[in-house]
Amino acid sequence: MQSQLTERARTQRQISLKALALTLIGLVLTMALLFPLYWMVISSLETNQEIFRIPAPLVPAQITFSGYMSAFTTQIPNLVTSLIIALGTVVLSLLIATPAAYALAHFRMRLTVVVVFALLLTQMIPTVTLSTPMFLIFNKLYLLNSYFGLILADSTYAVPFDILIMSAYFQSLPYELVEAAFVDGTNEWGAFLRVMLPLGAAGIITAGLFAFLYAWGDFLYALTLTTTNTIQPISLSIYNYLGQYESQWNGVMAVATLSAIPAALLLIFFQRYITAGVTSGALKG
Amino acid sequence: MLSKRLRGRDVQVAVLKPERAPWRPARRSFGYKRTRLLLRVSFLLPAMLYIVFFFGYPLYYSVSVSLQHYDLYAEITGQAAFIGLKNYVIDVGDVVFSQAALQTLVFTVCSIIPQFLLGLGLALFFQRHFPLNRFLRSLMLLPWLLPLVVSGTLWRWLFDQTNGVIDQVLASLHLIPAHFGWLTTPGWALAAVAIANIWIGIPFNMVLLYSGLQGIDKEFYEAAAIDGAGIWQRFRHITLPLLRPVIGIVLILGLIYTLKIFDIIYVMTNGGPANATQTLATWSYNLSFTQQLFGQGAAVGNIILLISLIIALIYLKWSWRPAS
Repeated sequence: MQSQLTERARTQRQISLKALALTLIGLVLTMALLFPLYWMVISSLETNQEIFRIPAPLVPAQITFSGYMSAFTTQIPNLVTSLIIALGTVVLSLLIATPAAYALAHFRMRLTVVVVFALLLTQMIPTVTLSTPMFLIFNKLYLLNSYFGLILADSTYAVPFDILIMSAYFQSLPYELVEAAFVDGTNEWGAFLRVMLPLGAAGIITAGLFAFLYAWGDFLYALTLTTTNTIQPISLSIYNYLGQYESQWNGVMAVATLSAIPAALLLIFFQRYITAGVTSGALKG
Repeated sequence: MLSKRLRGRDVQVAVLKPERAPWRPARRSFGYKRTRLLLRVSFLLPAMLYIVFFFGYPLYYSVSVSLQHYDLYAEITGQAAFIGLKNYVIDVGDVVFSQAALQTLVFTVCSIIPQFLLGLGLALFFQRHFPLNRFLRSLMLLPWLLPLVVSGTLWRWLFDQTNGVIDQVLASLHLIPAHFGWLTTPGWALAAVAIANIWIGIPFNMVLLYSGLQGIDKEFYEAAAIDGAGIWQRFRHITLPLLRPVIGIVLILGLIYTLKIFDIIYVMTNGGPANATQTLATWSYNLSFTQQLFGQGAAVGNIILLISLIIALIYLKWSWRPAS
């Protein structure tokens, strides 16, 4: 009895030692992969003298926010611009994608096959292929240098992806729920709005998150569909800032850190949704 | 056909659950069906309109512009002469085009293979159970979620000639001369850009392969372990064949994604030095927006699209073949 207990304790200790070792390896691997990000944050907190010291210190001797001061004073309007465009893209792409995703999940029509095929095709189209004609078309429609124009363009990233991941999600909800709602005499739209939308919230959140990240990260449309500096999303202004203050790496890294923050925050708060989105968007779509 | 299918479904519903459908009229009039069909189509209408106006029309426009002598002058006057395939002939005949095509190929292959192998290694590692597993896995997604401009800027700093950390570390190990110009030396610049791209792609590969591995039934491994199969044999004869569909998807998405990479290269090197990191995507941009030769830029853009479509078709043919 006694020996059995010690035996079990020993194996348990072995298991936990093994788990500890694996966790350590996992930590080292994660730190290795994320080292560039650590370096970005560290560089943004150093003085410009310290940044040029060789060998570069792994931990800054003193922390300064001077990089952030110069970044903030110039970048606040551009951060706001990016926020407006990203939120606009979330709203527009969800308005377009949610009903379509629901239809693809539950309606059997010949049209759905056509739409699914078209969606898969759109995902093959490189943004750079779209940017030339988009510029020429937007120029004629006076959509260059406008929030609305950039929101419309950025939705090309989000709409197909959103439809595919939300459709996978709606498929997991039984259509019988909607049929039950017909008892009350509502039509398809009423049932969709009252029954499916609340139940599909998790799928919609995932889609919205990705729409935000896509629009926040967009660079090519910001570069091609603006010709003046009136509207300058943060992605574009990092590039311009880099061109202007190439030697002030602490300031550049501060701007980079600032524009990485939304992605980091969303990952922290919506971890589960994002992991689900990455896999279901690619594997089921 | 359409109405027949709808009727088939309704009959099924009526037969299987007669008690659930008492509110439906026994016989549907033509008007009822038409209204319902229109209602259902209205769900798809916004998406269809968006696809037509923001994918279909630009693509049509891109093809039409690529067949015209379309430059800044034509954009201003609104008059561009139809010149058939001349833009394509000029583009393909250009030395920079063949250079960019070759570099696109090298960049793609050198990005995808390491990305895939490192991603697979990490995915296999994270199959083990240990504390913080889930947390670390989602932290690793960060490089992939970051705006590409941020990653490009960051790697430009890491590869910096005067103070980049990569330069310092390698020079202190005497592997390279100090102040080596990674981004200004042809050949090395493409390698540097590829390294940045590998870093971005690892999480994506890892997450997809991880979920693919999770989908493999553990009983296969248990059975193989009883038969005395070693780790390598289990990997070779169970993991790889069963992971094949996911591997296919990961590689094809990686290919299509890498083919259109623009941001990282533009930020890190802008296609330079001397076009040494020019790919088809950056070259298309360069023709359209730097040189304002929209016809030629559109032609290169269409060529990239064509390549993507061919890859997708090959993939479809491959994936439809029954697994042997």
